[in-house]
Amino acid sequence: MQTIYTDVLVIGAGLAGERAAIEAAQAGFSAICLSLVPARRSHSSAAMGGMQAALGNCAKGDGDCPDVHFSDTVKGSDWGCDQEVARLFADRAPIEMRQLAHWGVPWNRVVPGKSMYFKGGKQFEKEEQEENRGLITSRDFGGTAKWRTCYVSDGTGHSVLFTVDNVCAQLGVEVHDKTEAIALIHDGVTCFGAVARCLRTGELRVYLAKATTIATGGFGRIYPCTTNAVICDGGGHIPAINTGLVPMGNMEAVQFHPTGIVPTDILVTEGCRGDGGTLLDVNEERFMNIYEPEKQELASRDVVSRWMTHHIRQGKGVKSPYGEHLWLDIRHLGEKHITGKLREVYEICTSFLGVDPIHQLIPVRPTQHYSMGGVRTNKDGHAYGIKGLFSVGESACWDMHGFNRLGGNSLAETVVAGGIVGKKIAEFLQGAEVTFNSSVIDDEVKRQHERIQHLIRCKTGTENVYKVRLAMQQTLHVGANIFRTDAGLTECVAKLQEILARARQVGLKSNGLGVNPELSAALKIEGQVKMALMVAYGALKRTESRGSHNREDFQARNDRDWMTRTLAYWKNEKDDLPTLDYEPATGIFHIPPGDRGYGKSEIIKADSPAGTKG
Amino acid sequence: MARSLKFNIFRYNPQDPESTPHMENFVLDETDAMTLFIALNRIREEQDPSLQFDFCCRAGICGSCGMVINGRPGLACHTKTKDLSAEITLLPLPVFQLVGDLSVDTGSWFREMYDTTESWIHTKKVFDPAAQEERMENEVAEAIYELDRCVECGCCVAACGTARLRPDFLGAAGLNRVGRFLIDPRDERTEQEYYEIIGNDMGIFGCMGLLACEDVCPKHMPLQDQLGFLRRKMGITTLKNLFGK
Ligand SMILES: Cc1cc2nc3c(=O)[nH]c(=O)nc-3n(C[C@H](O)[C@H](O)[C@H](O)COP(=O)(O)OP(=O)(O)OC[C@H]3O[C@@H](n4cnc5c(N)ncnc54)[C@H](O)[C@@H]3O)c2cc1C
Ligand code: SF4
Ligand code: SF4
Ligand code: FES
Repeated sequence: MQTIYTDVLVIGAGLAGERAAIEAAQAGFSAICLSLVPARRSHSSAAMGGMQAALGNCAKGDGDCPDVHFSDTVKGSDWGCDQEVARLFADRAPIEMRQLAHWGVPWNRVVPGKSMYFKGGKQFEKEEQEENRGLITSRDFGGTAKWRTCYVSDGTGHSVLFTVDNVCAQLGVEVHDKTEAIALIHDGVTCFGAVARCLRTGELRVYLAKATTIATGGFGRIYPCTTNAVICDGGGHIPAINTGLVPMGNMEAVQFHPTGIVPTDILVTEGCRGDGGTLLDVNEERFMNIYEPEKQELASRDVVSRWMTHHIRQGKGVKSPYGEHLWLDIRHLGEKHITGKLREVYEICTSFLGVDPIHQLIPVRPTQHYSMGGVRTNKDGHAYGIKGLFSVGESACWDMHGFNRLGGNSLAETVVAGGIVGKKIAEFLQGAEVTFNSSVIDDEVKRQHERIQHLIRCKTGTENVYKVRLAMQQTLHVGANIFRTDAGLTECVAKLQEILARARQVGLKSNGLGVNPELSAALKIEGQVKMALMVAYGALKRTESRGSHNREDFQARNDRDWMTRTLAYWKNEKDDLPTLDYEPATGIFHIPPGDRGYGKSEIIKADSPAGTKG
Repeated sequence: MARSLKFNIFRYNPQDPESTPHMENFVLDETDAMTLFIALNRIREEQDPSLQFDFCCRAGICGSCGMVINGRPGLACHTKTKDLSAEITLLPLPVFQLVGDLSVDTGSWFREMYDTTESWIHTKKVFDPAAQEERMENEVAEAIYELDRCVECGCCVAACGTARLRPDFLGAAGLNRVGRFLIDPRDERTEQEYYEIIGNDMGIFGCMGLLACEDVCPKHMPLQDQLGFLRRKMGITTLKNLFGK
């Protein structure tokens, strides 16, 4: 078997992973990124809207600064974030945008003069200043006080990822694509790298590293309807969970995006609403202006998604063979705008729906979109529980997003955190002396070989992996969606436990040879169900509503009992529930908990007497 | 009435000693708004779990799912079955190394292209974190983005006669990449330096100009204009090199 040594192993070659690898490479360390797909196909490429940074160059961003960005981020998180981390992020973001410009990102730039823009379906005028000509410009996104989202037409993620991957090629950061990490190698104290399966041949490979970083993105595919790519399946979280030592933070904090198209759940960007698109109901009437008179369609995602679901429940949804939905209307933005700035949206509607958004309404519904939870790390990106293990990007719970992340903040997080954590990894490596313990390595490889053989030989049963996966997805969809209740979550957890038992009895139908896709799915099904249980069980225990986590039976945000982050462990492999622990959401309060200014505002204050219930 | 679709799919698993290249048939009932993404996943989940193919974004954005669909390279996720005949033939993209069935290795091909074209900004300037960004006209940024839109799906390469004959040919995607840096004011490379990369038969002079590439490009990249532009530009550099300045 092939063994590959490197200073830094990064599992994941999306924006976060590559940005961190660049930092390590610039400090003189060797770095290898693993990826299921060629780096540029990573899901970061699908982010169309943009990234937030308080550059304040455009007219509607005038007066913006990291303080305002920080404040928006904390409010957006519903005070669930780590404020020290949110601060690090907001301060660094403008510099990172300029760094990307230096590397070659073709950011849209300020064009001086008067122009029209839409907000809530009405037209307004703004004037860009001559003195800002050619500086990086921004657009409007939900939940922000200023226009702060830097963008490249509607291919921001694509363009930035291409640029960052170019820099990787330039610096000699290797990307081993079509390679899937399936287990971490560790001795209970230190991480030594990972066992990976080659997706060109199906063979196992060992990567040994002084520092290992999980940068594998979100895990939306544990839900049946998600905007995430098919590879966002939690495959990178599972090795960390399986150590029994590394906790997942806030797994119950799942974001639903207001505008996934029906039926395929492909996302149409927030930019549609930012640029003036409106939401309509079955009568083709607006409703967000009634629920949220101030922010209207541009309130934060959790708020918009919740009102949409509420409105559908009021009988105002549009019935279709794929379930009920609402309409997104961008017709008034005009052909030039729709085929220019919103070209990807235009293409998605015409090629996947057969809908022409210049003249027709787009069917949309709230859809799983973002995982705020993930591998819990400290502010340096170092994972809890094991030395030499880091995590960054969507896979991590670094925790600047708390219970709701703002549009444009996560793509920005990938590069900002990538830079910060990459530097910390380099610092960690400066002093690191690692001796690889060969018996630990051999044991892990043996364990993985055996797992594969057991699946191929149907040693534990003949459950069909696709059926088990579908059952898990449907169960989460029903029980742990936008609105949550004690009864629904209790049932969800019980069902998932049964599904976990089935997952442990999966056996292959096919021969498992080579890059067998059934084997890939089977290798992670048990871990996925464990993640689903972390989501559902965490949500059941959190008896309050915060950000995207909405308990119909506990509607208030409870700052007295729940200013906490959930830490979910899977302590023993054979357990059938995660072990939950809690820590304070933030060590420092720059901004004390208060009203977000949008969404519901019922709050149980930190100093209110025990026993009051919201 | 829903149609019954017949798929003829190329099968070969190089890692299975008993496997030989052959075509296999699958039958599926067509559903509303069905794409090849939906169809192939159903075949895998309901009929043959070993079937290999590559999807990622399933939204026509990432370029993973290039394959030859009824004789024409295209993105499978972005192809609606209702636009196809009831008999659908699927083959892996040629030129690229086969991984198995419909899955090919585009990653290695493109990584090599980055190295050949030095697909990054060449500048002597050092980034100054304290300084404001350098200014750029929005139109310039938009022109660069226009060429940056390529998703590296490989369809243009698979459709290209030259690429099939010459493994070292850069293809429209590689040539377009050079064009992208050529118009970027941040890249300090001279025309002569670009000439060294593409002023030869593996580059622009290998291109026969028949434009199969533009025809199949799912992103509608302006490849014809690009190839023409590079040919003129490099032609002039050739003359300059022959006759001096
Ligand atoms: C449709 C869509 C649009 C979005 N738009 C925006 C936006 O406009 N603005 C914004 O701020 N955010 C947006 N987001 C969110 C944002 O794009 C993501 O959070 C972010 O790109 C994640 O980047 P990442 O580097 O953490 O992970 P990814 O880019 O997802 O990369 C993950 C990497 O890990 C690899 N990987 C996964 N598992 C394994 C494994 N087991 N072994 C080896 N490698 C593995 C993958 O191959 C990939 O290279 C959007 C998200 C979606 C779904
Ligand atoms: S130029 Fe077009 S066809 Fe060629 S790789 Fe790029 S997107 Fe695909
Ligand atoms: S025009 Fe040139 S690059 Fe395009 S297909 Fe023909 S030979 Fe290939
Ligand atoms: S799967 Fe991404 S383009 Fe088809």
